[in-house]
Amino acid sequence: MMADRVKALALPVSLLLIFEIWARSVHLHSDSLAPPSAIVVALWSALADGAILTATRDTLLSAFAGLFLGGSIGLALGILLGLLQPVDRLMEVTIEAIRPIPSIALLPIALIALGFGYRMEIAIVGFACVWPVLILTRAAVREVEPRLMEVSHALRLSPADRVRKIVVPAALPRIFVAFRLAAGIALIVAVTVEIAINPIGLGAAIMAAQQGLQADLMLAYLFWIGLIGFGLNAGLNLMQARLFGRAALVRDDA
Amino acid sequence: MALSAVAPKQAAARPQSAQIAFSNVTLILGGKPIVEDLSLAVKPGEFLCVVGASGCGKTTALRLAAALYQPTSGLVQFDGQAMTAPRRDIAIVFQDYGKALLPWRTAAGNVSLALEATGIPAAQRAGRIDALLKKVGLPNHAGKYPAEMSGGMQQRLQIARCLAQDPKALLMDEPFGALDAMTRQGLQDEVLSLVAASSTTVIFVTHDLEEAIYLGDRVIGLLPNPGRIGIELPIDLPRPRDQLTTRENPEFLRLRRELFDFIKASEA
Repeated sequence: MMADRVKALALPVSLLLIFEIWARSVHLHSDSLAPPSAIVVALWSALADGAILTATRDTLLSAFAGLFLGGSIGLALGILLGLLQPVDRLMEVTIEAIRPIPSIALLPIALIALGFGYRMEIAIVGFACVWPVLILTRAAVREVEPRLMEVSHALRLSPADRVRKIVVPAALPRIFVAFRLAAGIALIVAVTVEIAINPIGLGAAIMAAQQGLQADLMLAYLFWIGLIGFGLNAGLNLMQARLFGRAALVRDDA
Repeated sequence: MALSAVAPKQAAARPQSAQIAFSNVTLILGGKPIVEDLSLAVKPGEFLCVVGASGCGKTTALRLAAALYQPTSGLVQFDGQAMTAPRRDIAIVFQDYGKALLPWRTAAGNVSLALEATGIPAAQRAGRIDALLKKVGLPNHAGKYPAEMSGGMQQRLQIARCLAQDPKALLMDEPFGALDAMTRQGLQDEVLSLVAASSTTVIFVTHDLEEAIYLGDRVIGLLPNPGRIGIELPIDLPRPRDQLTTRENPEFLRLRRELFDFIKASEA
């Protein structure tokens, strides 16, 4: 196990090393590249003066608020449409017309309506997060074991109890996957909005570094954003295994 | 003259004394009649077993009794009332216990679901759950999840959940079909003693002819395509029944032969 991990690290580490040696030997001066050592130094100083932490807070705040907002809407709609086929058919054309709009294309409208700042970014992230959660929740609800639905009918559970006690817990492992997917999208969209126009967060910071011709700082931000994305995904994966380890086991068993 | 005047009155009075009554029930699904013109009366406290070749509509008949299906024509009644929706005093035990239990709830939690549905206050649930689990022989498994239990234990748990509904009628759909012979015999006797203690009406669907005779007060055999009653056998074997002596009883063997011949003829 350990040996495998060391082997997997061998390639990226040696590439970085070769790049470092090359950059030093040619006395690299570039607007787009910097030796790894310079990137580390830039990252360290950005961390030390708190700039990168503030930017991270802004980006994650927007991403999570959008994820929460859009995810909630997607979850509610997904459960509704999954349970009520007639409503689903009624909404199908509307949803399929709105869904393909790239969320970034809403930037001009959102900017006029909400101005710069968190609200506009949260709205766009939210829009992007509705769809994966809606589509996957709808599918998960439709595939709830029919026998469990019969049990809920035989027990005459109220519609609210049926959703709360049967549908949501049965679909929860797959709903969590939907949120994991949406979390990744939320981060991408948040950074994209910041790079495009919004003057907050990591996206704006990486643009500022680029425009200030600070290649080392720009690449430090790039590395940091990658690290955040990696951490987010790993954290959610761990949470999924913790929360649904038993449920997943049951599924394989049945 | 006098006789013909009395006869229709008796026919009209019969469904009223019955707890579960099918009157000329036909169910058509996807253009195909699954059950046709089925009339049937089950008395309160009666143990009725339903057998038949596969695809004869025995499970469908059970679902009609539970109002999980509505008949295309005809009427299903319970205590004289038309069955338009499922009732909590009719409990249904499904064959596939693994799918009918909530995998994210413990044994106690699964029993609790029925109590929650019935509106039993939370404070009273724990005591009731303990009593029910004890009744079905799972007193030490309250905290286990269904996936941690054997098939027989899972089916006991489903029965406990059904008993939590305090049912007047128990509808059982091949409940022991997937269990091994020893577990099955044990559960047969437990169901008999549970039912005898509470005088619950039972409709028990099975493909095991001996099981039907062993358990039932009456056995009906359905003919396939479309499902209809082909044979009706009252079972007058003494109770309480015993796995050895009852099954060795000459009457048991005669009934077994008769039912076996019927199934063979219906499949031909």
